[in-house]
Amino acid sequence: MRGIHALLFAIAFPTYIFGQQCSSTLKGSVQDFHDQTPLAGATIQVYGTDKVAVSNLEGEFTIKGLCDGSYEIEVSHPECSSQFFTLDIQGDTFKKITLEHHMEQLNEVKVIGDIFLNKTNSAQEATLKIDALERYSSGSLGDALKQITGVSSLSTGSKIVKPVIQGLNGSRVLILNNGVRMQDMEWGDEHAPNVDINSTNSVSVIKGAAALEYGGDAIGGVIVLEQAHFPAKDSLYGKTILNGATNGRGGNGTTELTKSYANGWFIKGQGSFKRFGDSESPDYILSNTGISERGGSMTFGKHNFAQGWDAYYSFFKTDIGILRASHIGNIDDLIRGINSQQPLVVNDFTYAIDPPDQEVTHHLGKLTYYHRFEGVGKLNLQYDFQLNHRLEFDIRVGDDRNKASLDLELTTYTLSTGFKIDAKSNYKLNSGMLFRYQENFSDPGTGVRRLIPDYDKYDFGGFLIGEYIVSNALLLDAGLRYDFSRIDAKKFYQTSRWEERGYDQEFQNFVIDDLGNQLLTNPVFDYHNISATAGLQYDVSRETKFRFNYALSQRAPNPSELFSDGLHHSAARIELGDLRIKRETSHKLSLSLQKTGTAWGYEIAPYFNTINDFILLEPTGLEFTIRGAFPVWAYRQTNARLIGFDASAYSQWTENWRSDHRFSLVKGKDTDRNGALINMPSANLVNSIAFTKKDWNNLRVSLDSQYVFRQNEYPDNIIVRSPEQNENVVLEINTPPDAYHLMGLDAEMKFGLSPNKTLSIGLAIHNIWDTDYREYLNRLRYFSDDLGRDFLVRLKLNY
Amino acid sequence: MSINLFNKIMTAKRIAVCFMGGLLFSACSKDNEHPKPINQEEVITTVRVVLTPGAGSMPIELQSRDLDGDGPNAPVITVSDNLLVNTTYSGRIVLLNETMTPIEDITEEVAQEANDHQFFFSSTGPIGTIVYADEDGNGNPLGILFNLSTLTAGPGTLTVTLRHQPKKPNNGTLADAGGETDIAQTFNFTIQ
Repeated sequence: MRGIHALLFAIAFPTYIFGQQCSSTLKGSVQDFHDQTPLAGATIQVYGTDKVAVSNLEGEFTIKGLCDGSYEIEVSHPECSSQFFTLDIQGDTFKKITLEHHMEQLNEVKVIGDIFLNKTNSAQEATLKIDALERYSSGSLGDALKQITGVSSLSTGSKIVKPVIQGLNGSRVLILNNGVRMQDMEWGDEHAPNVDINSTNSVSVIKGAAALEYGGDAIGGVIVLEQAHFPAKDSLYGKTILNGATNGRGGNGTTELTKSYANGWFIKGQGSFKRFGDSESPDYILSNTGISERGGSMTFGKHNFAQGWDAYYSFFKTDIGILRASHIGNIDDLIRGINSQQPLVVNDFTYAIDPPDQEVTHHLGKLTYYHRFEGVGKLNLQYDFQLNHRLEFDIRVGDDRNKASLDLELTTYTLSTGFKIDAKSNYKLNSGMLFRYQENFSDPGTGVRRLIPDYDKYDFGGFLIGEYIVSNALLLDAGLRYDFSRIDAKKFYQTSRWEERGYDQEFQNFVIDDLGNQLLTNPVFDYHNISATAGLQYDVSRETKFRFNYALSQRAPNPSELFSDGLHHSAARIELGDLRIKRETSHKLSLSLQKTGTAWGYEIAPYFNTINDFILLEPTGLEFTIRGAFPVWAYRQTNARLIGFDASAYSQWTENWRSDHRFSLVKGKDTDRNGALINMPSANLVNSIAFTKKDWNNLRVSLDSQYVFRQNEYPDNIIVRSPEQNENVVLEINTPPDAYHLMGLDAEMKFGLSPNKTLSIGLAIHNIWDTDYREYLNRLRYFSDDLGRDFLVRLKLNY
Repeated sequence: MSINLFNKIMTAKRIAVCFMGGLLFSACSKDNEHPKPINQEEVITTVRVVLTPGAGSMPIELQSRDLDGDGPNAPVITVSDNLLVNTTYSGRIVLLNETMTPIEDITEEVAQEANDHQFFFSSTGPIGTIVYADEDGNGNPLGILFNLSTLTAGPGTLTVTLRHQPKKPNNGTLADAGGETDIAQTFNFTIQ
């Protein structure tokens, strides 16, 4: 009888039987790789046995009754990637297991916005997730960013859109594309970021200079474009988006495909194409405003949690037509342009892009390597390369008809390293260094005097940022950064200009060659800049956060501010840089109070920015040439103060109805002259209401209203003598246009075609009432109305 | 196009190698090469209006010259002599780029692209008529050649405007013609 029992036992519980010889115990602990905190709820499974254990609150587990020998063990945790390893058991064994517990891996193909962590703790920050970006797939980065409170744009027509953060733009806004600081001649007002919005999965905006790891000179802020993380699983997924729009009678398409493997390998390719013809205002065609754009990117690499590397390359090429009527000959043409209610040139609709236009190509390549040191932190190494080639075509005659007027090639090489110490639970340290070499080449083949000279630029930077968790509710952060930069230029000056500026008194030592009417000079300037930040984040309650940040930042003048010199036809102005321009220094205080509840929430974020030696470009006078008179726009430095606030609120009225409200206001003052600063965004108010219903194929319908106030604070207009009218006239070059109100509609539904395929169909209407309006920060506002009504259809297939 | 790209890649490669190899030696900066000077093309430095009263008479020249182009110096205007009363002058416009060696005659370019150009004249003082004496390929006025007649004695002005891509034909006013201004100069003189 006993024998039968024993036999039954042997059949039913084989391990128990052999357990007589297998009495070894595996004890262990599961910890977070970074800060060594215990991980509860991790499942530890021993392959080839039915032994399973779950870690307790201390991260500890025990598995008894193991035989001596070699086992395959899997450790999994809902918030970590699983780990497999082989373990030798000899008697009672202890094993410490570390898992990467930083972010949830992606579920299936879906990209979850929340995986993108905040970049700073104490600064004002906002992120656009993939679904918000996809709605702007046919637009530009600048268009999409306007969804963020406090972000507006300085544009040239509707296709060249530069982001403005809390009143500041250009070189004061740093764009970080997939870890690489964009070097795309951001100093020009009509130079938009050379980024394909479809190549990125998330865009964060840090308002102000607090994100020191990216640069110390971001007085306006930092825009961080990121890729989604690649899941460490065998998977193949992709998406394709097609857009069609009536205004401009064009559209775009973008497609991407990702293959990932459980062992950490991945490869992703993406490409996009865009083509539009002339846009239309409510009353007329905006002649020569077409665009043709191509972009592509490719990345591959291997990411494991202890180390990884990747290679990335992206290409972007755009050809943008500039409103024909904006090309003018002299001041009288400008006066005519401003006084005329209609553009002076209106042709039939066409897809052709003729001069004036710009053709820009941007190549970006990078190599990254990281290694995590257990219990210490993560080391990062990155090398990147950028080539930006800009051709600007003007209306020219004769043999020069098809020759560019501006041909610049900017090449940048950057080597950067970072080391992040995140092992301790109550503090983190982040440090890094950067070396950069940049070369600008201005092709003399244009036959037009160089707007920007040839130069070499050398940068070196180093930073240290720390964050300290005082208590569960209070976190402090602080950082310090030093940047050195040297600009070594070779520039030809007209002798008359050199003397008129008084450079012969101050900078005669720069002259290396005298050609009679031209001087070759070699200005070399060094800048030592310090930036620093300190702030706190305090959790008032579970849903309410308070943030305070102070940022000191210094920015060296850009090549345009130092060197520009010449006639800008697209603006009918003579632009003059100044060799005497020094760096500018900003002190910015920002506060924010944010509540993110399920039913409702708000954020109020006031700021105060004083900028010493603020560099600005404004009309100063008139110069005469054979063509007639031109307004002179000169760079000067002053002390400035920007005060403003961003406010937003939302309410989830019912399960299906939600409303969103945003308001932003900034006041810019030239404190030296006690006057208004030029080009400050007007106050604007956005209200939207959205209806969503999951049961109806994820239906989402939203209606939004945007009210843009008139900018009532602007510098005085200038008085010029019109040769044509033979009298002095006021040139209303600064007068802002009237306030305007626009409404838009966006609707979307999703259809599951198969378990892995989803089709989304969207329809949008912009400027529903076909309102005539002009925007103060559109540089072409002198010449034409802005865009009229536009119907868009959007198809997206996820697979 | 592809050659262009190829060149770019080669340039890129060269500097990338330099960068990797010897950033600190700055061996890669083109310190030894000076950029090439540019003599601005299609710049009009000089507008000369030559008024000839009749065969054998000395022509009068009204000239505006701005050798630094869009530089800070304003054009220098000279008038060689006074005009005579009750005289018909045959006028001719000469446009030059005097920064080039040899001096470039821009008038030829304007004549070649006559359909895209037109001179406009306006005057004050005792000036009778200003009549076009040439035309473009479509039979519209051009204005390199014209006739100007004076009336009585007194001070007068002549404004010469050259428009690029004006509306053609137009009603003879600048407002109707549109286009961009290539030249706008006013000359003061005395008629005696």
